Amino acid sequence: MALPNKVTNIVVAGLGGQGVLTASDIIAGVAFARGLDVKKSEVHGMSQRGGSVASDVRFGGQVFSPMVPPGEADFLVLLDQDQLEPNRAALAPDGVLLHPGMLDPVTAANQRSRNVALAGMLSAWLDFGEREWIDAIRASLPARHHESNIQVFKAGRAAGQKIRNGGNS
Amino acid sequence: MNRPTRQLLSGDEAVALAARDAGVALGTGYPGTPSTEILETFDALGGRAQWAPNEKVALEVAIGVAFAGARAIATMKHVGLNVAADPLFTVAYTGVRGALIVVTADDPGMASSQNEQDNRHFAAAAGVPMLEPSDSQEAYDFTLSAIEISERWGVPVLLRLTTRVCHSKTIVQPRQSALEAPAPAFERNIKARVMIPAYARPAHRRLRAKLAEIAAWNQTSGPWRRIDGNPALGIITSGISFVHAREAAPEASVLKLGMTYPLPMETIRQFAAGIERPMVIEEGDPYLAEAIRAAGITVEAKPEMFRFGELDVARVRRILAGDTTPEAPPAPGTPPNLCQGCPHRIVFAALKELDCIVSGDIGCYSLGVLPPFEAMDTLVCMGAAIGVGLGLRHALPAADARRVVSVIGDSTFVHSGITGLVEMIYNPPATGHLLLILDNGTTAMTGLQEHPGTGRTLDHERTGKVVFEDLARTLGVQRVHVVDPTLNPAAFRDLVKECLDSGQLSVIVARRNCLLAAGKIKEYERCDGPAE
Repeated sequence: MALPNKVTNIVVAGLGGQGVLTASDIIAGVAFARGLDVKKSEVHGMSQRGGSVASDVRFGGQVFSPMVPPGEADFLVLLDQDQLEPNRAALAPDGVLLHPGMLDPVTAANQRSRNVALAGMLSAWLDFGEREWIDAIRASLPARHHESNIQVFKAGRAAGQKIRNGGNS
Repeated sequence: MNRPTRQLLSGDEAVALAARDAGVALGTGYPGTPSTEILETFDALGGRAQWAPNEKVALEVAIGVAFAGARAIATMKHVGLNVAADPLFTVAYTGVRGALIVVTADDPGMASSQNEQDNRHFAAAAGVPMLEPSDSQEAYDFTLSAIEISERWGVPVLLRLTTRVCHSKTIVQPRQSALEAPAPAFERNIKARVMIPAYARPAHRRLRAKLAEIAAWNQTSGPWRRIDGNPALGIITSGISFVHAREAAPEASVLKLGMTYPLPMETIRQFAAGIERPMVIEEGDPYLAEAIRAAGITVEAKPEMFRFGELDVARVRRILAGDTTPEAPPAPGTPPNLCQGCPHRIVFAALKELDCIVSGDIGCYSLGVLPPFEAMDTLVCMGAAIGVGLGLRHALPAADARRVVSVIGDSTFVHSGITGLVEMIYNPPATGHLLLILDNGTTAMTGLQEHPGTGRTLDHERTGKVVFEDLARTLGVQRVHVVDPTLNPAAFRDLVKECLDSGQLSVIVARRNCLLAAGKIKEYERCDGPAE
């Protein structure tokens, strides 16, 4: 994030119905609001019936392809532990893997908001303020889900910051 | 016009926004991944959008709008253009007065399709100018350009998208002023609009003359872009391949084409002449490479192995490096499945138990082919369940013929199953036949769209409704049953068996709302009040 032209590559992966696209919308939204170039890509269709879903988000000074090239993901965010194998090849050698096992057990257990919790965890590694993230959540979700998701986001963010400070990344 | 100057939109959303900004009078189409969101977004933006029974009807309606002098857009996935090919080839001859934009959304790699046909060939075959955007900004800009080109030359224009352009979100800066829409009016022009042979012969010559003019325009002021980088490598490209190529070879010279039919061949020739290694980077068939070579320009083309599937940055790097070593197969993911509690599950369990030969069709229920059911034996195209099932019945020995069942969904039946049902009445197999219409009250696979069998319009307002059982009875089907298979799975199985054993023509409408749609359907029905 230090170099303005460096493109940040994020792959969010899970199963259909777990909110992969909502998570990638929030991440793309926060970068968009900052004024960065952003591209986000995923395949819809058959994958919606409980199958594997992955969404690529790329942002920086200028982004060309909307797809993260294999082995170039700075972050692989798994909403489902079992989706590591199908997506392992996306992760850069020095990339960061985030998964539900890194959340506190209470937050991880809530299937419906895991996507936002893991976006919160990811936020600990990215150069956007909490206010910007909360705005992106508000822009991506219906109003009745705002408060609960902001709480979950903060829990995920705190867990991420703790891991980063612990030097586990 | 007061609007955000910068938006993060999918290619589909960008096309819809441009259609709205251009005062398109009617958007029509049939749902199909990856095109579906265009009309849904156009509707949400206040445009008039309609689902047609199929793509052929959609294009015909759009042609009528354009004949009336108003602007029309018809949207479909790549295979939908096969269905709409008949009107497409002849509207190229008639020309149009108002703009006619035909959107084809191709699916290289088959994320959600039965083939990966490259519809760029349609443009050349029909003689229809074609634009290929690379991202959402171009999807927006090229939709507006397509409208201008269509009206300037009085031709339909093909806007060719691919899955990654349709579904990737990138930044769009819309125009601040709208294109002024013409006022519709009927103008009699019999020789231009009535394609009897005597009028069609000069119409074909008129089309070719227009295409020559458009090619000359593409040459001098078309939407191509030249990036003069290192002359050692020059990439000729279009569509999504452009962004992959820019990333894979940032130093290379690039000729990025926007209108890929008719091609600006002199521009290509001049570009290639100054390049040590001119190379075409394109997804799918070698459409550009073959056309450019046929014009006598020497260019390198990708190896055959890259005809298959999508391109990405890594594959473009391999093409540039001449690396034809086998590619690692993608790591297997979790396959999709029929939802737990989906009514289709009962149907496929029964067909499996009865050891039926299942002539299948396209929709969520195509998943009946996967374990645990593996209860589908054929799947070709929309509506083929019925014709293919009848053909199997005609040819197989009687004992096997009696096991054949045609299975089709509600939306697919409306799309192109009705003519199959007519065939069943007209040329009945000696052993009879059974058609199962799986009516879950929605077009589930593409994301819960309405269709003529639901009796609601694209935006869920009540309208005329096609009742499948009434249609089957009217056509003279001997046995017509309507059942909810979930109420008593054993009784459903027995009914299928009884129909198969009867040797008669039977239709079973297995009616139960899709689990994902049921709540919404209840809500729409409550808003509508009681049926009349």
